[in-house]
Amino acid sequence: MPLIPVVLWTDALVFLLLAVTALFAVWAARHEHLRAPWRRVVRSRIGVATLVVLSAYAVVGLLDTLHFKLKLDQTDESGEVRYAPEVLSLLDLALSGLRERQEKTYSAPFATHLQAKEALDQPDGTVIRDYPRLQHGGAHLADPEHDRAWDIAWRSLIGLIEGLILWALFTAGLIGWLARRHKQPFSAVRDRILRGQTQIPWRTALGTLALVLILTCVVGTLALKYHVLGTDKVGEDVLYQALKSIRTGLLIGTLTTLIMLPAAILLGIMAGYFRGWVDDVIQYLYTTLNSIPGVLLIAATILMLQVYMSNHADEFASLVERADLRLLFLCLILGVTSWTGLCRLLRGEALKLREIDYVQAAQALGVGHFTVIARHILPNVMHIVLITLVLDFSGLVLAEAVLSYVNIGVDPTMNSWGNMINSARLELARDPIVWWSLAAAFLFMFTLVLAANLFADVVRDAFDPRLRGV
Amino acid sequence: MTKPLLQITGLTTELGDPAQPARVVDGLTLDIRSGETFALLGESGCGKSMTALSLMRLLPPSGRITAGSVQLGGTELLSLTEAEMRQVRGGQMAMIFQEPQTSLNPVLTVGTQIGEAVRLHQGDARQRLGAERALELLRAVGIPDPEQRLNEYPHQLSGGMKQRVMIAMALAGNPRLLIADEPTTALDVTIQAQVLRLLKAVQSENGLAVLLITHDLGVVAETAERLAVMYAGQIVETAPVAEFFVQPLHPYSRHLLESLPEASKRHGRLAVIAGRVPSLDQVFQGCRFVDRCPAAIARCRLEVPEWRMLDEGRGVRCHLAESVGVEVPDRPAVPVVIAAAHVASDESASETAQVPLLTMRGLQVHFPIHQGVLRRVVGYVRAVDGISLDLYAGRTLALVGESGCGKTTAGKGLLQLVPPTGGSVRYRGQELIGLSHRRLRPFRKDLQIVFQDPFASMNPRMLVGDIIGEGLQALKIAPKRAERMRRVAELLELVGLDPESASRYPHEFSGGQRQRLCIARALAVEPRIIICDEPTSALDVSVQAQILNLLKDLQERLGLAYLFITHDLSVVSYLAHEVAVMYLGRVVEHGQVDEILDDPRHPYTRALLSAVPVVDPERRRRIIQLEGDMPSPRHPPSGCHFHPRCPEAIEVCRHHYPVETRLGSTRRVCCHCVDVGASARTADSKDRA
Repeated sequence: MPLIPVVLWTDALVFLLLAVTALFAVWAARHEHLRAPWRRVVRSRIGVATLVVLSAYAVVGLLDTLHFKLKLDQTDESGEVRYAPEVLSLLDLALSGLRERQEKTYSAPFATHLQAKEALDQPDGTVIRDYPRLQHGGAHLADPEHDRAWDIAWRSLIGLIEGLILWALFTAGLIGWLARRHKQPFSAVRDRILRGQTQIPWRTALGTLALVLILTCVVGTLALKYHVLGTDKVGEDVLYQALKSIRTGLLIGTLTTLIMLPAAILLGIMAGYFRGWVDDVIQYLYTTLNSIPGVLLIAATILMLQVYMSNHADEFASLVERADLRLLFLCLILGVTSWTGLCRLLRGEALKLREIDYVQAAQALGVGHFTVIARHILPNVMHIVLITLVLDFSGLVLAEAVLSYVNIGVDPTMNSWGNMINSARLELARDPIVWWSLAAAFLFMFTLVLAANLFADVVRDAFDPRLRGV
Repeated sequence: MTKPLLQITGLTTELGDPAQPARVVDGLTLDIRSGETFALLGESGCGKSMTALSLMRLLPPSGRITAGSVQLGGTELLSLTEAEMRQVRGGQMAMIFQEPQTSLNPVLTVGTQIGEAVRLHQGDARQRLGAERALELLRAVGIPDPEQRLNEYPHQLSGGMKQRVMIAMALAGNPRLLIADEPTTALDVTIQAQVLRLLKAVQSENGLAVLLITHDLGVVAETAERLAVMYAGQIVETAPVAEFFVQPLHPYSRHLLESLPEASKRHGRLAVIAGRVPSLDQVFQGCRFVDRCPAAIARCRLEVPEWRMLDEGRGVRCHLAESVGVEVPDRPAVPVVIAAAHVASDESASETAQVPLLTMRGLQVHFPIHQGVLRRVVGYVRAVDGISLDLYAGRTLALVGESGCGKTTAGKGLLQLVPPTGGSVRYRGQELIGLSHRRLRPFRKDLQIVFQDPFASMNPRMLVGDIIGEGLQALKIAPKRAERMRRVAELLELVGLDPESASRYPHEFSGGQRQRLCIARALAVEPRIIICDEPTSALDVSVQAQILNLLKDLQERLGLAYLFITHDLSVVSYLAHEVAVMYLGRVVEHGQVDEILDDPRHPYTRALLSAVPVVDPERRRRIIQLEGDMPSPRHPPSGCHFHPRCPEAIEVCRHHYPVETRLGSTRRVCCHCVDVGASARTADSKDRA
């Protein structure tokens, strides 16, 4: 076997999350009242457009979640198969070109020369100080000054065409599938999509997909010969860093909610429904927790973890594992500090719902407390949970950036937008200014958060019973 | 004849998508003269409020006026600019809304809010003058202690007071037309009587024209001079009020009148108008009422009836009125049987002798008031303070009282939905108070409840079949799903709905249908007693009639006992066998329905009865005005709770709560002024009746 799979802690949780989502999807598909709002989501134009963008992020994140170790070529004396100590992901493999094409230090996007002057030996033996050519970025150009613009344009065109071909193939497949499903001729389905007459706005979805695919292909072809987003201090490609950061951002956003959700839902509803001492205990709990500054708790946990990790260095087989544990703890502690908001919301809602007539009717019918909670209260607060979940997601992605900025976020060796911004602190003070790390982190984070927020809006509108029929 | 103050011609208002608009007001033509009260009558969804908003030009963003003209004192309102219109609003024409609670800004004092209205319309920025005028206005609307009230906030005022403040604000600009959009719907009958009297007084003093929008026929009969009946965006009939109630011309108007519950219809069924108001986004082929009209002829479907003016002030939009003249063939949907023979008291002495299903003795529900850091109990809200009732199989006990008197809490306390703090509730001899959730379960089957708001009483996330089957599942009557669904289908048929409804969601049903579903849910577990908590007060008159008919049928077929909680005395007279009148957590009078309604003995009952607006002018009583509002149950007055408002209070009332006086075998009154000897007079009056 050429590789051995490695399952990190966070990987396992992601798989768990996927399994839960899949189960929920199957369950929702069988219940009309759950299927209907999701149907409304996929029938909204913003819904499908953001869904395509979010899926693109998710695909990158998932590729980065499948970890393994590669087999080493040479076997040792005992003839045993040896694996590389380095843990890689599918994404690393796919981007191995980017990963390996390192420069010496900073270089601007699409640059052919380094950002810093060096002493260069001339063929005639003299030494001058000048900006040296990059080892990889634009190395194929004979005369960078002259050829670069044309080369970039030409490669972009190739990328565009590749993207279009890819998109056309996908679209044809989709239309074929739809045509077979509805038992209609291919051309009829195509015309209806073109005219925007389908129930699911396929035209918008395919349009967004075309945008995503073309962008990917253009950047992909350009990245083969240039550093599209420049390089950082140690000459690593910024595009590669930004792509690797996607997993970190997604994990923080999803795992934290996964961790906090059970506590928030259970405690919030119990407090509101049972009132009395249950309510008092839960209220004291979250008021106390809320009055400790969140940053303090996070800092304390992360520092304790750091001490533990440096004292037990031998327990971690690789750097990646260490960073992963820290990420997991960050999710945990963020979950602990952020469940109170949702809990309080749910308590208020449950307080309101327990007095509502249908809950009283259920009690009059002798339905047990936990059945009432599961059947009447939970489904009626689910829209709040979903909305908070999707809104929190973007908040958490941003929180990670802030925490990493003050050095209590993810491990410094781990790629994350926060770390990129943190390093940009010094870069912005340089002359000439190094803006691309910050810009790349901003661009990627902005797209994700904007898509997530728009999606959250659509989800909220679809799930809010009061907005039905509006 | 004087020139009318307000002339509306062909007013058409559309809502929503311009491609398929809903014509909420369609070609409305009417005029109102100074000093007259004109009533606009109709069920919900007929476009009454939209008419008012069109007149004020305060339509929601999706609404627009597409045709017609509105002339107020010769000025065309529809062509005014927004700035000019702002002068008209409040200055020429003012509006009072339905909910006084939400019409006042809770963070400003009453004085500031009235002062603002005064300054706006008098162009006088001086604070002092505004305050003086505000004081004057508060006096004009009869608010006691106006100097103090000026500095109070809306939450410190009761509902009736707030509505008075709203009227004061409306009067601030000396308008010539007052539009009152259901001004008393949210108020209790005694408060409603106060507000209506005030409106009358204000009108005669200032020579105002009043456009009264209401669905309550009684209110119309007592306050308006002329009326227009609206149906599906159109006026179907206009008439002077007196003539209208003697002889309504349009079939819809007649049905509205027939569907009013009254004592005289007691042994028959109420007329119902089948179906519901058609949606207004369609193009009508024929008459809009045709699908619900029992007298419809072929022509009604093919041809839109034209507006026909009859003799002075009367007009109608009906083909039948045209062909037969004024006489409209009298063919009601359900023959209103007033079978006199049946009246013979089939349920008098013989049935009261049977063993009560449920006895409630001295039931108390006190809610503790917590205050301070340690949340110590500083007092109690005595929502229910010792009431005793008996429920018999096949009989209806009506629990009557104004809002806040604790009648709903009493119902919930009976079901143990609110834990009672004292007294006893025995169902067939078994004490229910203090039983745990689990041990109460066997009794849940027999005691059920139907709530007031049909929209809040069903889980919007559940299918109708699951909602109705919930009790069957919880009480393990039909644990298997197939069996449960079969039973649900039977129940749906029992309450007159399609069994297919089981696989739909509650929001797909109208208010009346939802209330049927709630009744089906209660019936699912085959209860013996159903507590009906104002089941019809959120419904229109015609739908109310359907529900009341259904409840009555079910009682006859299944021998159910009802505890009917209501504030509507006309429903009581139609449905109930016994009545208990509640005031501030206690029952003040209890007896057979005819005894109480014909010969009320407690001053409160008398006031309550006299305040109910009655359609028939001959049956109207002199209204006994109750001053002020019901006191808070947190600090009930000493002695008799009613004495501060009682017109007959004597010295002893201030210090001692009256003991219960028994009058006859069935009657109990709590009043110092009722002596035992009066029971003879009760019997007399009963004979006379």
